[in-house]
Amino acid sequence: MTEYVDRSEPDVVPAAPSAPVPAAVTPADAADAARLVAFGLQPKLQPARDQEYADLLRRYREDPPFARLADAVATGLGLVVLEVSPRAGMAVTAAEDSVFAVRMGDYARRAATDSGDRFLHGLAHLAVAAMAFPRPEDLADDAYIGRVTVNGVDSFVRQACRRLEERAAEQGENTDPASDAPGLEAAWRIWHRRSSAGATKDARRLPGSTTGIVGKAVAFLTDSGFLQRTGDDAGGTYRTTARYQLQVRDMAGSAALAELTELGIVPVTDGTAALLPAEDTDDLDLVADAGLPFHS
Amino acid sequence: MHVTSPASTDSVPPQLSAGPRPAPGPAADEGLARRLRALACTAPLHDLDARKANLAGEYSVYGMAEVALAAIDLVTLNMDFDTGADHEQIVARLIPRIAAQAPRRPVAEHERVARWVLENLINVGSVDRGFRAVYGTFAPDGSYVRRDYDFKLIEEVPGYGGSVYLRTTDEAVNVLVGALDTDVTSAQIAAEVKLDILISRGRLADAQLAAEQARYRTVQYSESLRRALDATRRNVRAVDWLQAIPDMIAEALDHVADRYRHENAILTNIRKARDETEDPGHKRRAAELVDIVKDCIRRHTQLQSRLLEAGPLFRAEQDRQVFATPMTTSGTDLYAHLLAPVLPLPVEQALRVTDAFFARGTGLRTPGSVRVGDLVDLLLTPPAEREHLGAEMPEPDLIATPDDSRFSEEQLAAATELLDLPADAPRRLSGLLAEARRRDPDLPYLVALLAVHAASPPVGTAYRQGEEKLLFAVDDGTELDDPEFGGADLIVGTALLDAAGMAADRTEAA
Repeated sequence: MTEYVDRSEPDVVPAAPSAPVPAAVTPADAADAARLVAFGLQPKLQPARDQEYADLLRRYREDPPFARLADAVATGLGLVVLEVSPRAGMAVTAAEDSVFAVRMGDYARRAATDSGDRFLHGLAHLAVAAMAFPRPEDLADDAYIGRVTVNGVDSFVRQACRRLEERAAEQGENTDPASDAPGLEAAWRIWHRRSSAGATKDARRLPGSTTGIVGKAVAFLTDSGFLQRTGDDAGGTYRTTARYQLQVRDMAGSAALAELTELGIVPVTDGTAALLPAEDTDDLDLVADAGLPFHS
Repeated sequence: MHVTSPASTDSVPPQLSAGPRPAPGPAADEGLARRLRALACTAPLHDLDARKANLAGEYSVYGMAEVALAAIDLVTLNMDFDTGADHEQIVARLIPRIAAQAPRRPVAEHERVARWVLENLINVGSVDRGFRAVYGTFAPDGSYVRRDYDFKLIEEVPGYGGSVYLRTTDEAVNVLVGALDTDVTSAQIAAEVKLDILISRGRLADAQLAAEQARYRTVQYSESLRRALDATRRNVRAVDWLQAIPDMIAEALDHVADRYRHENAILTNIRKARDETEDPGHKRRAAELVDIVKDCIRRHTQLQSRLLEAGPLFRAEQDRQVFATPMTTSGTDLYAHLLAPVLPLPVEQALRVTDAFFARGTGLRTPGSVRVGDLVDLLLTPPAEREHLGAEMPEPDLIATPDDSRFSEEQLAAATELLDLPADAPRRLSGLLAEARRRDPDLPYLVALLAVHAASPPVGTAYRQGEEKLLFAVDDGTELDDPEFGGADLIVGTALLDAAGMAADRTEAA
């Protein structure tokens, strides 16, 4: 996130000498700005529920020097400001090497050593986002509230995997991986062969099963203030918050897309226009065929 | 050794001479790979019998492969539209077969065997809860590659309220239940026509086999449909609602209507066979068939209700998704641009994408910082006692309600005794009242009340509860001559009911 540092640096530094009318920044202003960032670090706190938070948010929007000060405090702490608004609050997220960043090794112990588990945990987060915002319009529409269930996410990924399996079988391709090169195994197979649930002695979810992995992801996102639990059906139902939409749209989606482009994988049609209906016909085949039991 | 040597001379030379001679064609090799995979699916079953010697105790009397196949059959039969089979129920149904193998052993041991077999079919010990077999094939360039084949026989799926159900996998059904890898509809029609003929010829053993096969197919059919409806719920535009889905729903509804008629006809036939046959074996088999066909009908009804929900669901989703105001800004299509391209990648590459998403998509965590002083306090604090039983229930304060019954228990007993008439000797109400008055001046009121109730006897209730006799009262026009009561002098009597016959009728109607 070096670009952010670059951008805010020139913003703040000339602010002090070139500001002719406004008064110099006082320690009290700095304390308020830091307090606003501190509110932003409590993602589950709702601006509507806290008068002081709401006041500081209003000040951020109405007082540009204060806003720049708060941005600078956030940047200095290693945070990226996504949006400051009454609905999302001070939506900040961790920059790449910040102390606030979440590391996969801390998130799931097995994932540190086992690349298969690491992939499953990462894919679970991607799948939750894809299920929460199934269409590009949903991700772009600020008013949209996505809904996900744990079992729904699992079966959604499984269906995509099943379709890939069928397609490979149609082409007479042998997808069984070579025994001595596990890294070359197709990614979908890892999810496909992990069991979706498992009985445990204490009636809790089996942590290694795919519903267990998705369950962990949504519980973690709930703690991040990205999801709100709404019920217990289908393994747990959740709805998205404004912060999650911002995070996926502005941070995660583009980062993952950049990585994919770097691998040279993205089909050329995607480069021209993302929202062409032609793009949809591709997955139209996918899901429709996967559902049709009586083809051929 | 001599028996196997012809086979090995056939297969070994191509491998040895892979260098100079081109490797066998991919088509031949593919067939071999398919058979090797099918063979691998049976390995866990053989393995059970090989490993039973390692169990603590003497378990060699049990045929583990037999129990395992029975378990797979049971799970397949009990798989439902929404869920799978219940773990405990499968164990309970396995026990009779295991008990038959070793009747002198304790029930606890039978149950242990059932659980052991079931856990091994799930392969509880492994992370994936599945099996892996290694086999070799020739790659297109002629090199020999060892491959991992991963499969499951029974898998666990999440059910309502966090419960876990069992389902048999396609591999298990294809290899172990029978070669069912065929077109579902045509196979079912064939099976049911066959069933019809078999029943009309009285060949019930074969008919039962055919009926069970028909039920396997019904299960497969609803399973496929469940997947289709799930896909529909997800994204309207992702499903072809113009052609494919309506066609499928129409086809499925036709199918349900057709099968329903058909199976009801079969049901009537089997009932006739059951009631007319003399042979107890036939009778029992026919009764089992009735159960199977009834289960088929139940599944069809379930399927039909799902089909009827599909249309309204589509329209609601259409309203929500398609008719919303179009957005001007373009967003990332998370599914089409990210998830779908990532899945076919090799894990090594896919990891880079999912890692990037994870790093930016999980938000932030404020790191905890601990002071040594707090830490000491924290470590020295005794753990809070956890209440296992919850808060203590307050003793309920019960208020005795006054007994305001019009008649006492003794009076009721006396009246019931008085009205316990022999079936062949009904009596006039006037006589009963007079006799009651001699015993207790209050008793005639109760007798009159019971007699009036008997004028409209609860025949339906008695029928449902299987009563053997019923009190009734009939008015033949005679005037009642009594100092306290007026009206008709009812004839009160007892009717005997055919309890056994009614019970048989009830089970048939159910």
